Amino acid sequence: MHKKSLQELALGLANKDFSSVELTRHFHDRIAAHQDINAFITVDLEGSLQQAAEADTILGAGKALPLTGIPMAHKDIFCTDGLRTSCGSKMLDNFIAPYDATLIRKFRQAGSIMLGKTNMDEFAMGSSNETSYYGRVLNPWNKEHVPGGSSGGSAAAVAAQLAPAATGTDTGGSIRQPASFCGLTGLKPSYGRVSRYGMIAFASSLDQAGPMTRSAADAAILLQTMSGFDERDSTSVDIAVPDFSAGLENDLKGLKIGMPVEFFNDDLDPGIASITMDALREYEKLGAELVEISLPNSHLSVPCYYVLAPAEASSNLSRFDGARYGYRTPEYDDLLDMYKKTRAEGFGDEVKRRIMIGAYALSAGYYDAYYLKAQKIRRLISDDFTRAFVKCDVIAGPTAPETAFRFGDKTDDPVAMYLNDIYTISVNLAGLPGMSIPAGMDRDNLPVGLQLIGQYFDEARLLNVAHRYQQVTDWHTLSPL
Amino acid sequence: MEWETVIGLEIHTQLKTKSKIFSGAATAYGAEPNTQACAVDLALPGVLPVMNRDAARMAVKFGLAIGAKINQTSIFDRKNYFYPDLPKGYQISQLQLPIVGEGSITVDINGKKKTIGITRAHLEEDAGKSLHEDFHGMTGIDLNRAGTPLIEIVSEPDMRSAAEAVAYLRSIHSLVRYLGICDGNMQEGSFRCDANVSVRPKGQKEFGTRAELKNINSFRFVEKAIDIEVERQIDILESGGRVVQETRLYDSDKNQTRSMRSKEEANDYRYFPDPDLPEMVLEDSFIEAIRAELPELPDARFERFITEYGLSDYDAETLTASRELADYYEQAVAALPSQPKLIANWVNGELAAGLNRDNSSIAESPVTAAMLGELVARIDDNTISGKIAKDVFEAIWNGEGNADEIIEKRGLKQISDDSAIEPVIDEILASNPNQIEQYKGGNTKLLGFFVGQVMKATQGKANPKQVNDLLRKKLAD
Repeated sequence: MHKKSLQELALGLANKDFSSVELTRHFHDRIAAHQDINAFITVDLEGSLQQAAEADTILGAGKALPLTGIPMAHKDIFCTDGLRTSCGSKMLDNFIAPYDATLIRKFRQAGSIMLGKTNMDEFAMGSSNETSYYGRVLNPWNKEHVPGGSSGGSAAAVAAQLAPAATGTDTGGSIRQPASFCGLTGLKPSYGRVSRYGMIAFASSLDQAGPMTRSAADAAILLQTMSGFDERDSTSVDIAVPDFSAGLENDLKGLKIGMPVEFFNDDLDPGIASITMDALREYEKLGAELVEISLPNSHLSVPCYYVLAPAEASSNLSRFDGARYGYRTPEYDDLLDMYKKTRAEGFGDEVKRRIMIGAYALSAGYYDAYYLKAQKIRRLISDDFTRAFVKCDVIAGPTAPETAFRFGDKTDDPVAMYLNDIYTISVNLAGLPGMSIPAGMDRDNLPVGLQLIGQYFDEARLLNVAHRYQQVTDWHTLSPL
Repeated sequence: MEWETVIGLEIHTQLKTKSKIFSGAATAYGAEPNTQACAVDLALPGVLPVMNRDAARMAVKFGLAIGAKINQTSIFDRKNYFYPDLPKGYQISQLQLPIVGEGSITVDINGKKKTIGITRAHLEEDAGKSLHEDFHGMTGIDLNRAGTPLIEIVSEPDMRSAAEAVAYLRSIHSLVRYLGICDGNMQEGSFRCDANVSVRPKGQKEFGTRAELKNINSFRFVEKAIDIEVERQIDILESGGRVVQETRLYDSDKNQTRSMRSKEEANDYRYFPDPDLPEMVLEDSFIEAIRAELPELPDARFERFITEYGLSDYDAETLTASRELADYYEQAVAALPSQPKLIANWVNGELAAGLNRDNSSIAESPVTAAMLGELVARIDDNTISGKIAKDVFEAIWNGEGNADEIIEKRGLKQISDDSAIEPVIDEILASNPNQIEQYKGGNTKLLGFFVGQVMKATQGKANPKQVNDLLRKKLAD
């Protein structure tokens, strides 16, 4: 059952080949059997079986929606009413939200079953899932390697087939990079496509939730449920949501694929470069035309991001002060002491590092040199894409400069870690939709991702382009277990 | 040396919206602690702010009323600092681009007009309250107020005395209530003010170093706090010292200001645009709809009361001090359009005295505008005299009924019939021959004596003018 696509699962449920309760139990058995991967922070056996029983009633009555009875996993960044939401942090180890995030509400309404909450880098800050308070997540392809981050738990869960599909969030690559490392299809929608209400904020102007699945067809189904304007999120965009599955089969003849010259330079691993080129050749065979484009400011995206994202984070994380919920230090002398100890003990090193960077960038006397300048660069990066899209319909290139690295390889060098997001970050800065699809395996048998970048709110085209590739290749069907 | 005082005010005005500025929670005052704070006000993880259009509407209303530039695009910024009554760890405010730009208001200072510049007015959210009593050495936090919309009205340093500052504060206070955007309740904190105060040698162009006074939440305290602070600063300067830029707290019990924090200790608020809120863009139609529904403002109403009703400056000013009082007056005038001046006398006289005595507001007056109009109409049509009317007013105040009912019940109707007055006059004349002798001998002042006797005999009900006329005639015979 765990090898089936979402469509096959829905069909199986409808045909009574298996019940939702059976399906849910099956995935729980797999989660239990692969606990070493540490993909989940919280597993909700009881709750999910109850949801499954309700789904079976609905299925029996013939009133099923596309996701009715289908289990999935949610990143532990989304608030879930009654079930702990930790955001991978000691700070929220005891936090149970009294409300559902809009995304969670939508998945509940669509009838899906929540198996549990997946592991992640603390407050989504990390590219290797090594910063989680709940311990590192193992890459199912090679357990000595990282799964990527910050949505590493979701990636590992889907790759190890502990869940048919999962949600993730992406601020600088946190869906696409782990999708690439774990051989999955991951999509970061356009900023504003999916409501951020109830999703614990890291960097508000960059955060976006999206699907992590085994195929583009599955991603289309999840994205359909997640998308849409939400009056509770002022940054969500009131724009029509197309049928993402309808155009999957569209012909790619005449499609112009832009290749950013800056992404194919000497810094790129030659193995990844050649796999990326192979994928692009495949597209040529499908009738697409490759055009060279330039994103001249892309080298500024990492420094720009590491001013803006920490600046926003330093403010977003101020609410974790021990006063109302979450961790509070057991002993303190006065208010200031409580704040200091609570935050010193409740946050991990990477979170504290980013809060300090962000507070510094916003402080009097430095604001213009850092924050304001980064905002201007952000505009330049965004303009680069606008110009590029005059010449092409989608942009393609590598998702990450390398494949999944070994645990500990970059933990002592934050900048090396940050550079892992060099190809993904500019997409968040511009607010564009981006996707990673499996395009090959490196010589160590680790997956390599191809990144596809689309125009604003053009997720349907990205899914189409990804799907057509997956029809002529089988990288996405490979499984580590 | 002669010193000049320079004052600028920052006024925090709570807007009378039903719900909070960024959440759907109610704003009503006085509820049980933390019962009017939803997930957004508590700053639970994941929640997001959504701008309340009503708050923007009220801010624009204020802006239009002071002739200010309305910024059709304005930006919300985060002001970051840690305090337990600030759940997010930042306050959403407007720093760079406030909704209301430069405007001004004309203030009457002892009969002289002065225009006070208003630098800006921006939208922001109020914080919660820290309660330091009743918690055995701990601090209680009530977040009911957290997220209540405010506009902070920042004046230019245009005021030159505590009296000017109070006059300005009163004008703004009156204006926001005229506009119906704030209840103006200073005790409940709906209308609060900080004062920036400095002194400089008269004739000097540069400003002196200022102190910001906080916690001055009544008109009286504003005046006292500024006066005492000016005195303090002059003392320092005259003894060769230097004023330090700092925030000072006014202690009304001791009538003194004391240092709260110096400029060096001031927080770095790390302001930056709130990424959760897009730029607020106001369409022309939104602004024009607000302009169309602007009420008549205090200045215009003052001028109109003088020209339309022939009132004195004093009467017009008193009556337009609040929208409620001016409305009351005009409702009373509507009941008797021929006597605006007489009605003004009654509103500023008996009614004001009554309200003052009972310490109640015009809205609580037991004598309604219609009742007062009717009472004055009975004077106007000679049913009762002005003197009797005061008794009737008291009776209405005490809930005994309306003017006509009381006049009827107590038999106070004025006697205006010659045939009823004449026999009384005849009787009085008959029993006072000596006084008649003296009157005829030239002591015409005695007419008053006879009038008094007749009025006394009729229990004040005889029409005084008729009594006068009849007496004169009979005494001349």
